[in-house]
Amino acid sequence: MHSHHPPQDTLQDIKRIMERSSRFISLSGWSGISAGICALLGAAAAYIRIKTYQGSRYDTGIAATNELLTDLMVIAAATFVAAFTTAFLFTWLRSRKDNVPVWGRTAQRLFINTVIPMAVGGIVLLRAMQWGYFELVAPGCLIFYGLALVNGSKYTVGEVRYLGYGQIILGMINLYWIGAGLYFWAAGFGLLHILYGAIMWWKYERGDR
Amino acid sequence: MKNPIENLNKIFDSRIRLGVMSILVVNEEVNFNDLKKMLDVTDGNLASHLVNLEENGYIKVHKGFIGRKTNTTYSITKAGEKAFKDHIEALESMIRGVR
Repeated sequence: MHSHHPPQDTLQDIKRIMERSSRFISLSGWSGISAGICALLGAAAAYIRIKTYQGSRYDTGIAATNELLTDLMVIAAATFVAAFTTAFLFTWLRSRKDNVPVWGRTAQRLFINTVIPMAVGGIVLLRAMQWGYFELVAPGCLIFYGLALVNGSKYTVGEVRYLGYGQIILGMINLYWIGAGLYFWAAGFGLLHILYGAIMWWKYERGDR
Repeated sequence: MKNPIENLNKIFDSRIRLGVMSILVVNEEVNFNDLKKMLDVTDGNLASHLVNLEENGYIKVHKGFIGRKTNTTYSITKAGEKAFKDHIEALESMIRGVR
C-alpha cells in the first residue's frame, strides 16, 4: 500500500481492514442451516405433544395441562440448546479457518448486542406465560429475536439484518393470527434460518473448500 | 487541486500506519495485541509505527492494567480523524481524476 499502488487497491484494503476489525464476519452459513433444522425438529416434537394432549383432554384436567406446559418448556429448552450448540460449532470451525478468535472483541460485541434484546424478550414472555397469555409466546419469540438480529447485524455480516426483518414480519403477522403460533415459529426459526444459511453459504463459503 | 497526489498524507504511505488508522477510526479503543493480530506485524515494527503516529498527534496512548499485566490501548484523535478523512478524499479524487 505505498503511494505507487493504485488508489482503488488502497481504498479496498482500508475498507477490508475496517470491516475485519469491527465486525465478526466468521458467522457460518451452516450455523443457520443447523439451527433451522433443530428448530424444525423441536416444532415437530411440540406438535406431536400437543396432538396427544388434545386427543386425551376430555378425561383429564388441570394436571394434564400443566404436564403439557412443562413438556413444551423442556422441548423449547432442548431445542434452544441444540440450535445454539450446533450453530456455535460451525461458526467456531469457520473462525478457526479464518484465523479469527471465536471469542475476540468483535465476537463479544456481537454477543452483547444480540443478548440484550433476547434477554429482555425472554423476561417479557416469561411474565406473559405467568399471566396465561400463551398465544403471545410464538410471536414474541419471533419479534424479540428479529430485533436482536437487526441490532446485532451492525457487528457481523450485514445480511443478518434481513433475517431479522423476516423474523419481525412473521412475528407481527402472527400477532394477528393467534392460534397458528407453532407454524409461524417453525417458519421463522426453521425455514428462514435454513434459507438464510443456504444463501450465506452459497455467497461466501462455496469456494472455500 | 492540480495534482491530487500532493494531498496524499506522507505519513500514510506506510501500509501499517494506514492500517492502524483504518482500525482506530471504526473502533473506540484497541490494544496492542489486537492491532498486532489484525495487521499481522511484529512487535517492534508495530511499536515504531505507533510512536510515529503518536508523535504526529494522530493517536492517543492509554497505559492501563488488566490484573498485573500491562494493557496499552490506542485511540484516534480529532486531528487523526481529519488527516485520515483527507487522505481518503485525496485517494478518491485520484480515482476520479483517472476516469
